[in-house]
Amino acid sequence: MIPIVYNVRSVVRRPVSTALTALGVGLVVAVFIGMLALANGFRAALAKTGSNTNVLILRKGADSELSSGLGRDVVSIISASPQVATAADKRPLVSPEVYVLIPLAKSFDTTQVANVVVRGVSDQAWDVRSNIKVTEGQRFTSGRPEVCVGTRLVQRFPHTGIGQTLHFAGRDWTVACHFSAAGSAFESEIWGENEQFMPVFRGDVFQSITFRLNDPHAFEDAQRALQDDKRMTVDVHRESEFYAQQSQLLGNILSFLAVVITGIMAVGAVFGAINTMYAAIASRAPEIGVLLTLGFRPASVLLSFLAESAFIAVIGGLLGCLFALPLNGIVTSTTNWSSFSEIAFSFRVTPALLLAGLIFAVVMGVVGGFFPALRAARLQVVQALR
Amino acid sequence: MKYLRLVVANLGRHKLRTILTIASVALALFLFASLRSVTTTLAATAQFGGARRLVTLNATGLVFPLPLAYGNRIKALRGVTGLSWANWFGGKYGDGKRFFANFAVDAESYLKIYPEIVLPPEQRDAFLKDRTGAIIGKRLLPQFGWKLGQNVTLQGTIFQGDWTFTVDGVYTPTDPAIGDDVLIFHHDYFDERIGRAGIAGWYIVEIDDPAHAPAIAKSIDDMFRNSSSPTKTGTEREFQASFATMWGNVSFLMSTIGLAVVFAILLVTANAMMMSARERTAEIAVLKTVGFSDRLLFGLVMVEAGAMALSGAVLGLGGAKVLYPAIKFNGMGFLPGFAVTTSTLIIGALVAVGLMLASGLVPALRAARLPVVQALRHVE
Repeated sequence: MIPIVYNVRSVVRRPVSTALTALGVGLVVAVFIGMLALANGFRAALAKTGSNTNVLILRKGADSELSSGLGRDVVSIISASPQVATAADKRPLVSPEVYVLIPLAKSFDTTQVANVVVRGVSDQAWDVRSNIKVTEGQRFTSGRPEVCVGTRLVQRFPHTGIGQTLHFAGRDWTVACHFSAAGSAFESEIWGENEQFMPVFRGDVFQSITFRLNDPHAFEDAQRALQDDKRMTVDVHRESEFYAQQSQLLGNILSFLAVVITGIMAVGAVFGAINTMYAAIASRAPEIGVLLTLGFRPASVLLSFLAESAFIAVIGGLLGCLFALPLNGIVTSTTNWSSFSEIAFSFRVTPALLLAGLIFAVVMGVVGGFFPALRAARLQVVQALR
Repeated sequence: MKYLRLVVANLGRHKLRTILTIASVALALFLFASLRSVTTTLAATAQFGGARRLVTLNATGLVFPLPLAYGNRIKALRGVTGLSWANWFGGKYGDGKRFFANFAVDAESYLKIYPEIVLPPEQRDAFLKDRTGAIIGKRLLPQFGWKLGQNVTLQGTIFQGDWTFTVDGVYTPTDPAIGDDVLIFHHDYFDERIGRAGIAGWYIVEIDDPAHAPAIAKSIDDMFRNSSSPTKTGTEREFQASFATMWGNVSFLMSTIGLAVVFAILLVTANAMMMSARERTAEIAVLKTVGFSDRLLFGLVMVEAGAMALSGAVLGLGGAKVLYPAIKFNGMGFLPGFAVTTSTLIIGALVAVGLMLASGLVPALRAARLPVVQALRHVE
């Protein structure tokens, strides 16, 4: 075996070309991590939105809350079902909800308008969804024109501070509290009382009903029982699955873009690496000749140069991780086309993603180094030493 | 010209290296063209809209309808020369995995207001006479395997049930922003099936003079200010632009980080080209001894760098220009009218010239200034 020190020293002796190659690989890795972190963050926000123990009910055939509609009769049937868990005060944990989108102008540029979800909930909703926490202020009071605003909206939209007034649906609403929801899409919503929202929006109709399962393992039974009920025509979803499905379209587009763009860039970077390694080997032919004369086997020369290429790539990979790391936590927003509403979410750079980036770098290095290393191993000693 | 063979011979010496270099330039420029086209396409969509068309929506939000009765009152306003209305239907076909837009429109006035929707006169007449008929954008034919005259059944998501339409016509949009993957059917049939609810999702108002747009928009909104459904009227361009901004900064992030890396790859490529030039120190010294002038050698090295950058640019930019129309790419319906614009090609070409200068200048200067004696010392 040729000691690895030899490769490290060779790499250090030509700092400019090493740095440029490593930088190329590093940027590809950074983009790879960055784009997947974006897709990851978006999926995570929606995946966390639904709970495994909650059930979401929509009208049959509706593919989002927006296109659904349920009457009060359905609410009473659901509330009386044995599958519904009850709170300490014996009331069923059911939240019939009004779901609408309203255009709100953004803080930084009032010509930019986003479709924000306004959700009318029952006072049970805070218990049905266990991840909701009031961070500031008090919950809105039943019967008063008050709303609560998700924390992710507060920074980005004007008039969302506690005590300030939001104007929508022809009325003024006082902001009574801010709430967080563990980073989920609920944080991009405005909540108010369902009975107050019904008359100002779409009349006497709910868009969805969410309830807590009595027995978390009995989802299939509940689904069968409710969907077979002849008194109503509904679709029964597990809340977590419903939101995961809502993230599919855009999540897949983002991942697809990430893979295609970084794929093409990776090929370019590999070509660059191949050229750099060929040039490096060509200029070090006498050196390689000496190595072979000293008795090192061609296989060790091959391995040695592969290691050198991988070493440069790892430097690049580490650089890429460093570049991508500051992205973590940066909040961005986009429209989720499945629900047509705007969702804020943050880049999520996970350790797994960083590792994937490093592996990606090593693969680029090894692929890029293979043929040049093969040429080095096959050098004729006599010719190389001339 | 007589030196052409020398340049070609130099390029052919390390065939693999030349090919790899050209290929990575081509890839980088291909990616550059693709990413920039996403941005320009989104911008072009936002620019769409006849200057003489206004859109009136429910002020409460996009999902709230307006009463159908508003139509006659808008039409009576001064300066309004035409009016049509439409309603989002949101139906899905088959398993619903492939999204496409479909809406109910007041057919006769809609086709009049949108001359961009072009279809043969006999298909147009057939559609206007057929209450349960529909016309579709030409992309939907291959996408779902539909044929002209066929019955297609959509499942309503907002408006329940199975809705069967006869495909009476296939249109070709003259403006790509209209979208060629849309199904349009009769609003009257829609209204009847939903129990004569008398609703319109939005109104399209044609006006006599673009200069009157703000005044007319204001008078429409004023008219309905104190009614049950206040309106919000703006130019069609503003309406379209609001959709483009819905992507937020995601598309911006995607393209900027992408572009940054394109330049990084070019950097690496330039490095490889410079390294290959450095190997030839001795050879250049020999050429000088034989009598090649400094200026000529400078030119030869630059031409070599230029040849590689140029071939890469032609492959990459030309590839993007040819490939996307060939596969009828429209970003899964999100980027209607995706096109590599001339400005993108020009900027790409400038990038290639920049690359040639960056990668060729240093070795070319070195070649020109090389002291012969010193260089030849290394030659055995």
